[in-house]
Amino acid sequence: MILKISKNITFSKFYKKLNVISLIFVILSLSLIFFKGLNFGVDFKGGTLIEIRTEDKNSNISEIRRSLIKMNLEDITVKRFGTKGDFLIKIKSNESNDENFIKNISDTLIKDLGYDVNFRRVEKVGPKVSNELLKNGLLAICLSLAAMLFYIWIRFEWQFSLAAIIALIHDVLITLGLFSILSYEINLSIVAAVLTIVGYSMNDTVVIFDRIRENLKKYSKISIEEISNVSTNETLSRTLITSVTTLLALFSIFIFGGAILKGFSFAMIIGVIIGTYSSIFVATPLLGYTKVSQKTILKEDSEINN
Amino acid sequence: MLYFSRLKLFVIYIVIIFLAFFSSLNFFNNNDKNSFISKNINLGLDLQGGSYLLLEVDSEPLIIHNLQDKLINLRKILKEKDIKYQNLKIEGKSIKFKIPKDKISEFEDFLLNKENSINNYFNNYRSYEMDYSIENNLVSIQYSKFGIIEIKNSSLEESLEIVRRRIDEVGTNEPTIQRRGNDRILVELPGLDDPNRIKSLLGKTANLTFRLVSDDEDSFGSEFLFFEDGTTKLSVNKRVVLSGDNLSTAVPKFDSQSSQTIVSFSLDRVGAKRFARVTSKNVGKRLAIILDKKIISAPEIREPIVGGNGQISGDFTFQSATDLALLLRSGALPAPINIIEERTVGPDLGEDSVKAGAISLLIGFILVIIYMFYKYRFMGLIADTALIVNLILLLGVLTVLEATLTLPGIAGIILTVGMAVDANVLIFERIREESKTENSLIHAFDIGYKKAQSAVLDANITTLISAIILFFLGSGPIKGFAVTLGIGILTTLFSAYFFARHLSSIYVMKNKNSNIKI
Repeated sequence: MILKISKNITFSKFYKKLNVISLIFVILSLSLIFFKGLNFGVDFKGGTLIEIRTEDKNSNISEIRRSLIKMNLEDITVKRFGTKGDFLIKIKSNESNDENFIKNISDTLIKDLGYDVNFRRVEKVGPKVSNELLKNGLLAICLSLAAMLFYIWIRFEWQFSLAAIIALIHDVLITLGLFSILSYEINLSIVAAVLTIVGYSMNDTVVIFDRIRENLKKYSKISIEEISNVSTNETLSRTLITSVTTLLALFSIFIFGGAILKGFSFAMIIGVIIGTYSSIFVATPLLGYTKVSQKTILKEDSEINN
Repeated sequence: MLYFSRLKLFVIYIVIIFLAFFSSLNFFNNNDKNSFISKNINLGLDLQGGSYLLLEVDSEPLIIHNLQDKLINLRKILKEKDIKYQNLKIEGKSIKFKIPKDKISEFEDFLLNKENSINNYFNNYRSYEMDYSIENNLVSIQYSKFGIIEIKNSSLEESLEIVRRRIDEVGTNEPTIQRRGNDRILVELPGLDDPNRIKSLLGKTANLTFRLVSDDEDSFGSEFLFFEDGTTKLSVNKRVVLSGDNLSTAVPKFDSQSSQTIVSFSLDRVGAKRFARVTSKNVGKRLAIILDKKIISAPEIREPIVGGNGQISGDFTFQSATDLALLLRSGALPAPINIIEERTVGPDLGEDSVKAGAISLLIGFILVIIYMFYKYRFMGLIADTALIVNLILLLGVLTVLEATLTLPGIAGIILTVGMAVDANVLIFERIREESKTENSLIHAFDIGYKKAQSAVLDANITTLISAIILFFLGSGPIKGFAVTLGIGILTTLFSAYFFARHLSSIYVMKNKNSNIKI
């Protein structure tokens, strides 16, 4: 079997080392996000994005650029997108509210290139809207983190909730850090991906936590490290099988789902891998650091009984 | 956990059959749109192609314009009351003037009188239309928060109506036109390949006025306006003879005499009377026809026009004459409209996206099914059956809700396929563990289902929380993702805990004496 794993790995052996590595990655991601910044797409920066398909499959970036530069447009980027002959044009937001803006570009391109250009997709976002979208995106991510924090706090104890949330922030930051270093575009669908990662990683963490709580009730003498090891081992095959099926679905989107879903599925793939890792190696050891023991759980039960 | 009463089973299968029926509707072409049974999942603009426009009504000019009316009104009232005012003018967005100190309280009484003609009192807001302040003897009056809300509201309602009329006149296929907040209008035009014409129609205020060309160029009552070419200008009287409001119809016509395309219009009764009076008094003078501060043409009045019919000639193509007539018929916008967001997807890209979505769904689905069978053998088949039922349920719920399927929505379905098996994996793993210590297979299944329950619920609720937040804060296509992801979680729980559990119970009962391993 592919996923034949011996069922007694001493995970706690790796906690310290991996936590240091995680911390380094988080700090690296943070500094990348702050100093290099994120490559925001038109959704969040404003501007115009045009996906074109040219009749001549041999048309190249520079002739399209040359034609656009003549129009006195600000900050133009042209790149290949999807199949041959398809291009993505990005133009920095122009404040003018000219409703013929797109039509003029289309006319100029067709005239200069000398063959038909099909405008497959146009996205034009004004500065006001892009600010709102960015604000809403950040709000959505913060809200979902807060909601998770609250839900886990209700279902478990505060230590679990804190550990889970730190793991989530770890996942989100490293995913964004990776997007920063690769200069991949951040658009609305990436925010959706990040939120789904938050949900997925939480889902993974909760399953392990659930088992830890159960085992804490069962065994009073065993240290939290040992309980963590046992619980992680017991849930390990589930953790891996679910990650595999989710990744199978995601790779299917990544490979066959077309150019528009590439960024989304890439973010999700990274997120699922990091999320699976963080459930085992970030969230679980954090329970040990916060001195979770049988008392923590039993206190909860006795409070209910009183 | 393995026992199902007959009634429960009946309900479970009825739900499945009911939703299976609805999901099957999507695969037949149903033309009868009115019947209850004819429901379909709608394709979002990103899948069927079309245009999404977000318009913002700019009410600033309207506020200034209304303030000017207030000023004229105020001047009249101050004169009536014999209050000697000084420096009455508009500064920024407020009216400012000086009054004698002994008149201040009289003026304040007037402003706070709920029946006064300048400062309306809104009972619903418990507030006045205007705020005012008096410092020494300097009065400053401006719109209150609610006064501005009221202006925005009424101009938005009016704009909404006119936008609707303009789009209806163009005749696109099932447009959606909705109010958003207090100054925005959302327009969705499915199937529209080229939104340029609609965009240019929506971008025009279409404020039509007829004004006499003035002889005296420097006179106080006239202003210079340009022709549409932007180079020639003409001095026209500020007084409006007739405005677009008085038009009852307008159509494009071909004038065979001049072999030109013209727009012919007819006026309502009031307009016809006034037009007759002005044209008979001013024979020989030129009448400028002005649209949004640009002169279309300025023909000479050769004879009085008394019938209430007239025509506008200009440098029209048939298209531009048609558009002008359309704009005149649908009326002027109360305030300028800006397009602040536009997303257009061509029909062929939409088609490509549907294909790519379907292929990746199919492949993802097959991979997951094979993997589950590989990991769990016969129990894997149960999980796979549950997965198929899950997909059917998901499609069924989307159909019943007549939800809109977007490209991210398809991604949500594929993701559901990947994550849905998690519930069954959790349960099977638990059963596997239990069967190590438990001799009776029935017990192992029973305890496995019971013990896995809290983990399954917690795990799914966390994803559901993300989906709900995305639904409320996401826009457009992303909402579609939240919908499929969220509904996918609910159908997953249903299919795992009701359908797959029933299948496993049948399986266990049949094999209770044999020594099977899961």
